[in-house]
Amino acid sequence: MNGVHDMGGMHGMGAIQEEKNEPVFHEPWEGRLFALRRAMNAWGKWNIDGTRHEVELVPAAEYLRMSYYERHFAAFVELLIERGFVSQAEIETGNPAPDLPKKLPPLTVEKVAALVAKGVPTSRDVPVAPRFRTGQTVRGRNIHPAGHTRLPRYARGKLGTIERDHGVFVFPDTNAHFLGEKPQHVYSVRFAARELWGEQAAPKDSVYVNLWDDHLEPA
Amino acid sequence: MTTTRRDFLTAAVTAAGAAVTPDLSHAHDHDHGHDHDHQVVPSDLTLRVKALESLLTEKGLVDRAALDALIDTYEHKIGPRNGARVVARAWADPAYKQRLLTNADAAIAEIGYGGLQGEHMVAVENTSNVHNMVVCTLCSCYPWPVLGLPPVWYKSAPYRSRAVIDPRGVLREFGLELSGDVEVRVWDSTAELRYLVLPERPAGSEHLSEEQLAALVTRDAMVGVAKVMPPQKEVTS
Repeated sequence: MNGVHDMGGMHGMGAIQEEKNEPVFHEPWEGRLFALRRAMNAWGKWNIDGTRHEVELVPAAEYLRMSYYERHFAAFVELLIERGFVSQAEIETGNPAPDLPKKLPPLTVEKVAALVAKGVPTSRDVPVAPRFRTGQTVRGRNIHPAGHTRLPRYARGKLGTIERDHGVFVFPDTNAHFLGEKPQHVYSVRFAARELWGEQAAPKDSVYVNLWDDHLEPA
Repeated sequence: MTTTRRDFLTAAVTAAGAAVTPDLSHAHDHDHGHDHDHQVVPSDLTLRVKALESLLTEKGLVDRAALDALIDTYEHKIGPRNGARVVARAWADPAYKQRLLTNADAAIAEIGYGGLQGEHMVAVENTSNVHNMVVCTLCSCYPWPVLGLPPVWYKSAPYRSRAVIDPRGVLREFGLELSGDVEVRVWDSTAELRYLVLPERPAGSEHLSEEQLAALVTRDAMVGVAKVMPPQKEVTS
C-alpha cells in the first residue's frame, strides 16, 4: 500500500534526534509490549509480514504522531481481536469472558532461549529457479498494490542491477494476507542514486534494495 | 467491522491520556535526555499494557516468566557489544574477515551469535573509498543478535525518510563529513536480510588486543552513521 510507512525519499519529517545513553526501553510498558508480541507470535496465528502490515494500517496521521511502541500497541490489539484471541469486550473491561477453558501458552520460559537463538528463518529450501541473474539490468515494477508490499515506492519504475542472489525466501506481499508463502528469489538490487533522485545525488552513490522476483521485470 | 474497530482503538490509544491518574504520571521521567515527541501520556499506556498483559495471562495465552526472560535478554544479554566482538575479530583475523564477508551467518555463529531478527545476515565493509550505511525505510528492521534492539532515531521518520535520498546530509548530522570521492552505499533492509557494517579499523589500533579493539567499536559505526575513532581519542557512543 502507498502508505505513510513507505517514507524513503520523503521530506519534511524533521531533524534526526540522537539520544545519548539511550535505554533499551524508555518505559517498562514498552518492554512488556515487546515481550507480549513475541510471546503471542508463538501461537502461529499470524506471521511477521502480517504483523508489519497491521502497523502499516494504522491511519497515516496517527502513524506519524505515535511513537514506535504506541503504533505497535494499536496494531497488536487489532490483531488479537482479528484472530480471535480476545474480544473487544474483554479489551474494554480487562476481564476474560467467564467459563472459558484456560489455554496453555506455547512460549514457556524454558523455550525463550531457543527462540532467541534460532529465530524464525524465512528462507525456504525449495527448488525455485531465479528469474534474474547477477549483473543483469532490471526494473522495479510500476505496481501499486493496496495491500502489503516490500517494494518501496522510490524503486518503482527505476533501473537497477542485480548485485547478489540471496536464494529463496517467503514472499511477504502474499504471506501478509495469508495467501501463501509463494517462495521466490531475493536479490540485492543496486540502484544508482542518480537513477532514483536525479542530478542532485552524488554520482557514485547508490541504494541497495532487497527485492523479490515478483517485484522486478527485465529491462 | 475492522475499520470501525481500528478507529476505535487508535482513538482510544491517543485520547485516553486525559484520564491519567496523578500518582502514575511520574512514570515518564526525562533523566536520560529522551526527547521524541509524545502526544500520548505514557502512564495511560502503562495501565493499558498492564491490563492487556493480565488479560492474556489469565486466558493462558502467555507465560509471564517467558515475558520476563525476553525482556531480560534484550535489556542485558543482547546488544551492540556482540557486534563489536564480531568486528574486532574481523580486524584481528583476516581469514575470519573473509568468512564474515562471504558467509556472515556462519562467521557470526562462530562467535556464538545469531537468531531472532538476524537469521540471514550480510556484512558490508567500509574502506577508505566506500562507506556503507543501513536503514529500513518501510519499518524498523535491524540486526538484533549483533546490535540489540534499535535506538529510537533508527526507527524514526526523519532517519527512515532521508537516509536513502540524502545519506550525506544524514551523516553530516551525525558529525561525519565524507569527501566527494567516497562512494556511499545505502542498504535498505526491505527483506529478511539484516546488515552489519564492518567499519574501518582506526589508525593507531595496531597494537591492541581483540578485546581492546572491541571496546572501540560503537553501535553507530556498525549501522554506518559513524566511524570508529582512533584509540587515543575519547570514544563516545
